[in-house]
Amino acid sequence: MISDTTSDEAAFTLVHGPDATLTVRLSGEWKLGRQLPRREDFRRQIESAGTVNRIVFDTQAVTGWDSGLITILMRIVEICSELRIPLQKDGLPEGVQTILALAAAMPVRKGVRREKAKTSFLDRIGDSAIVLWRSSLEMLAFIGEASVAFMRLAMGKAQFRPSDLLLTMQECGAQALPIVSLINILVGLILAFIGAIQLRLFGAQIYVASLVGIGMVRALAAIVTGVIMAGRTGAAFAAQLGTMQVNEEIDALKTLGVSPMEFLVLPRILALVIMMPLLSLYADLMGMLGGLIVGVSMLDLNFMEYYHKTCESVRLNDLCVGVFSAAAFGVLVALAGCLRGMQSGRSAAAVGEATTSAVVISIVSIVVAMAVITVLCNVLHI
Amino acid sequence: MAVTGEPHIVVEDLALAYGSTVVLHDLTFTVNRGDIFIIMGASGGGKTTVLRSMVGLLPPAKGQVLYDGLSFWSATPEEQKSIMRRFGILYQGGALWSSLTLAENVALPLHLYTDLGEDLIEEVVSLKLSLVGLAGFEDYYPSEISGGMKKRAGLARAMALDPDILFFDEPSAGLDPISAHLLDEVIIALRNSLGATVVVVTHELASIFAIGNNAVFLDADTKTMIAAGDPRKLLTESKDPKVIDFLTRGEGRKEK
Repeated sequence: MISDTTSDEAAFTLVHGPDATLTVRLSGEWKLGRQLPRREDFRRQIESAGTVNRIVFDTQAVTGWDSGLITILMRIVEICSELRIPLQKDGLPEGVQTILALAAAMPVRKGVRREKAKTSFLDRIGDSAIVLWRSSLEMLAFIGEASVAFMRLAMGKAQFRPSDLLLTMQECGAQALPIVSLINILVGLILAFIGAIQLRLFGAQIYVASLVGIGMVRALAAIVTGVIMAGRTGAAFAAQLGTMQVNEEIDALKTLGVSPMEFLVLPRILALVIMMPLLSLYADLMGMLGGLIVGVSMLDLNFMEYYHKTCESVRLNDLCVGVFSAAAFGVLVALAGCLRGMQSGRSAAAVGEATTSAVVISIVSIVVAMAVITVLCNVLHI
Repeated sequence: MAVTGEPHIVVEDLALAYGSTVVLHDLTFTVNRGDIFIIMGASGGGKTTVLRSMVGLLPPAKGQVLYDGLSFWSATPEEQKSIMRRFGILYQGGALWSSLTLAENVALPLHLYTDLGEDLIEEVVSLKLSLVGLAGFEDYYPSEISGGMKKRAGLARAMALDPDILFFDEPSAGLDPISAHLLDEVIIALRNSLGATVVVVTHELASIFAIGNNAVFLDADTKTMIAAGDPRKLLTESKDPKVIDFLTRGEGRKEK
């Protein structure tokens, strides 16, 4: 006797019968969440039971059961199979027999189980390098395909719907105006405020207009707008194209003989490249408006003074650099969003990863591109 | 377990709407304990909509759904949660969480609703996956398996907590005939062994006749139920041409 069977607690007893038959007598409620006997107890007791020709069950005292009983029985089946002891299941409740039969009847595909192998540090570095190499190749291929698509556009052969282009322009242009306005006014305001504190010390507060004007027009408006578009539009591109992968919409286009690069990617890149410089010009104005608010309210400058100083400071070169940067950022944001979207896997998690990756790549590439443009302008005395 | 005849789920005068558009009205039927109850009808008839309301995803515009006499939609959030805890639901596409492996998908309800130890959870997960023929696939992600396997993994997850009511939304859709037949057998085995009440939304005739012992027929034109009862009896006894057309694949009443 191994356990008491007086309470409703799940318990078992092993009883030796004639012909070396071992009866496993179960009692109580065998449900998950209740205290169930340990599997090791069964193995130990069966192994120490001496010569056993067969095992039978007596479950008359079982008051309830669920998967808790089944998992234990499956373990007993395993133990008996290892010890080569025949098992007779007809003493089990009918439902339990059905489930055990079902589990046994289900075909098990061989060779699918994955072994958990530890990879060494060098292996991981190697794997990462291979992934980096492959993704670089994929990126180059994508840029190449996008260039071909643009060449076909120039030749008037690209297949896409002009209405898609207009819709995307509206989404990434006009509909972005509120957020672009707010952020750029605040950036202009912050820039003017920080400048004002220092310039006031020298009585040179009028130069706040120059600081804000040149800063916004030459770099900040393009960068801030680029970052906004990365988070807003680049992410949307990646999510849209990723979801289209999941829904097999891109496969449908391919089998229709339509290039997804022309039909989906081209209008998105084109829309952002057209809208980014316009948004950047608008952002310049908003940034200067922010500076003006600080100038007029804090530095006792009047509107005309501020206006003239801004016109005097900001050169056409600055404006060109800003607009060029914005167009470049538009290309980068659209490329990153579309690339990651087109490469996305076919699951919700993969779409999420694609979107995150698109935003990260966009922002990093904006900052790197701005650094390169700044150095080049310096070298070229622009 | 045989059908007991004791009402388990009662749908009373149910009307369902999306916004101001009523999509179904005047639904009244009873699902007995141990039934395999079929909600059938042509595509667009609102079968899944009824299921969504029964499982707590769509509040009714009118009427109620009672579980063991307790009205789900009038119950407190705690009572609703306790009723939902007894549900196992297989969604049309499996609805597996894509960032979790199959084992994690099945284990999540056990982690959330039981105090079982890791070892026992692992054993239960292994049992449930082996019951649907997915032993060995524990470490696979949903994106790495086929549509049919996703559905089976969804069933394993639905069974995780040994529910006493199982809901299936188009279980055979997209499955090959052998897998569909196997799934039908699993549904019958689950009802027989666990004594679960099963509600199946389907329009697969083979499944309807193979597993259903009670059914309701939804009509897209009148936006309500036009027949109820054992599907085999409906085939021979129904006078409604729409029901007969549906049950005979549009070939008219079969020769008796």
